[in-house]
Amino acid sequence: MIIQAFAFYLFALTAIAAGVMVISARNPVHSVLFLILAFFNAAGLFILLGAEFIAMILVIVYVGAVAVLFLFVVMMLDINFAELREGFLQYLPIGALVGIILVAELMLIFGSWVINPEAAQIIAAPSAAPAEITNTHALGRLIYTEYIYLFQAAGLVLLVAMIGAIVLTLRKRPNVRRQRISEQISRPVEDVIEIKDVPTGSGI
Amino acid sequence: MAEFWFTYAWPTIWIVIKILFIVVPLLIAVAYLTYAERKVIGFMQLRMGPNVVGPFGLLQPFADGLKLMAKEAIIPTGSNRVVFLLAPMITFVLALVGWAVIPVADGWVLSNINVGILYLFAISSLGVYGIIMAGWASNSKYPFLGALRSAAQMISYEISIGFVIVTVLLAVGSLNLSDIVLAQQKIWFFIPLFPMFVIFFISGLAETNRAPFDLPEAEAELVSGYNVEYSAMAFALFFLGEYANMILISAMTVILFLGGWLAPFDIAPFTWVPGVIWFALKVSFVLFVFLWVRATLPRYRYDQLMRLGWKVFLPFSLLWVVVTAGAIVAFDWFPK
Amino acid sequence: MDQLLLEYLPILIFLGLAIGLSAVMIGASFVVGPNRPDVEKNSPYECGFEPFDDARMKFDVRFYLVAILFIIFDLEVAFLFPWAITLGDIGVFGFWSMVVFLAILTVGFVYEWRKGALEWE
Repeated sequence: MIIQAFAFYLFALTAIAAGVMVISARNPVHSVLFLILAFFNAAGLFILLGAEFIAMILVIVYVGAVAVLFLFVVMMLDINFAELREGFLQYLPIGALVGIILVAELMLIFGSWVINPEAAQIIAAPSAAPAEITNTHALGRLIYTEYIYLFQAAGLVLLVAMIGAIVLTLRKRPNVRRQRISEQISRPVEDVIEIKDVPTGSGI
Repeated sequence: MAEFWFTYAWPTIWIVIKILFIVVPLLIAVAYLTYAERKVIGFMQLRMGPNVVGPFGLLQPFADGLKLMAKEAIIPTGSNRVVFLLAPMITFVLALVGWAVIPVADGWVLSNINVGILYLFAISSLGVYGIIMAGWASNSKYPFLGALRSAAQMISYEISIGFVIVTVLLAVGSLNLSDIVLAQQKIWFFIPLFPMFVIFFISGLAETNRAPFDLPEAEAELVSGYNVEYSAMAFALFFLGEYANMILISAMTVILFLGGWLAPFDIAPFTWVPGVIWFALKVSFVLFVFLWVRATLPRYRYDQLMRLGWKVFLPFSLLWVVVTAGAIVAFDWFPK
Repeated sequence: MDQLLLEYLPILIFLGLAIGLSAVMIGASFVVGPNRPDVEKNSPYECGFEPFDDARMKFDVRFYLVAILFIIFDLEVAFLFPWAITLGDIGVFGFWSMVVFLAILTVGFVYEWRKGALEWE
């Protein structure tokens, strides 16, 4: 138990500290690296909750994929970051608004537990899987049958993301030489090589 | 005091001892993998390979290690010091911690977690960070280009690795690595899932940046890729991490497809040999194929590499996932 | 639950030890090795030239595209994991549910192929 508590405070405090560093670090690359640290600690917290699958997916998807994209963008895009920083105060109201909305939503959730103590149990009910089932199995049994519409909707969201990414980033570039394997292979042999019968001692 | 000793201190010390039993053989294996690589490629090219330091050159890896230890650690001007030193540490640490979940024999595993294969997948997906950070922190052109290529290559092949793992899981019904091995008691998965085995092995080559996919360190054009600016132990950590990753990928291949610690035939003379020996033999065999490929094949061109990953492996492995699942559903071959 | 967490404890200790070991190795090379810096030695390598300019430059947008497509396919794989191990429980319905999901994404894949997003030259 003590180890568990120790691990919890380790992960929680590191996550908060890393989160603070994300918004206060001067160099945007350092910000992203601290963001990765925060993701890691969040994964640790999920494991402490017993949600191993979510923890691993958090690492695979957020750290292994999303943060790689972030790093690509901040490392290699040639933005003048001092200029971006000047607009900081300008964005403050919007940031504050988003923050207030988030806090209000959290308050609503916790408030509903206070108003109706049974609400917490209703949420807890479907996840109360028996101990012998791992939580990956429990998830698998629900996602693809019980929540099929949400699952397909997730597929559609991914489709939109894929098409959107291509529409936004893909530019046709003229004058590039591509390898066309079908053309290479289907070229008739006569066009490519010519066999000459060279008599000895006379040359061509 | 006594209670503290028995509930906390002693189990911790025991875990540390077990970790040492993983790390020390692993580091020795890495050292001799570099030796084996030079010897094997040497013999394939009708050369001797290292043969001066110690009998048959057996002390060569230690001489190399000592040499790197005594070199000057250079941090280039204009680089980002912290990230520059963090990058090799990340590569090395990731290559080590992956071994925490590898079962080397029945029950011989440090942490037998339920989501072992996801843990390994996560670790291998983080490998890209060491390289991107090294390339960026060096603030030099060749490392930057090498890191960029390497990152795009690693993430491209990671997807096919994911699909291949899913195909194996379809036949197992659990994410636990020991369960995956035990599901192969009847037949090793490389026979029914042979195409996936090939894709996994080739993607493994690309994931570890080995020949013929060693474009990130293409010495002819990028001098040495992302680690040009590194020297001394920082370079050694990259080197150790890279070879430890090779062993890790080989161990994953063995666990997923070659029956882990299981003996090839479940009859008397084979079952006498302990599981850990079988495991080591199989891993050595896969590693030998890694070296063999390096000595045999020329390097891929970058456009061909991306084409192979995205246009051949990805659709094919996705199709194979559906085909395998369809066969399992249609013929009722569900794993128990 | 406690059993589950106990299995993760060695990983945490392993992580700590590995970080410690790598830090010691890096530190050792600063202690043991010589340290005689000079301007030429510490300048970035550029085949003997003086470095021309800052190495951090803009690069081809296709690298971002690869990263974005990777995120999407990675999520797809993440959805496949629980499905693969519970196929026995969710049976034919679960199978077709996933086939529809994959079909939707295959539409996107065919689109990117036709658009030439996977072309490199």
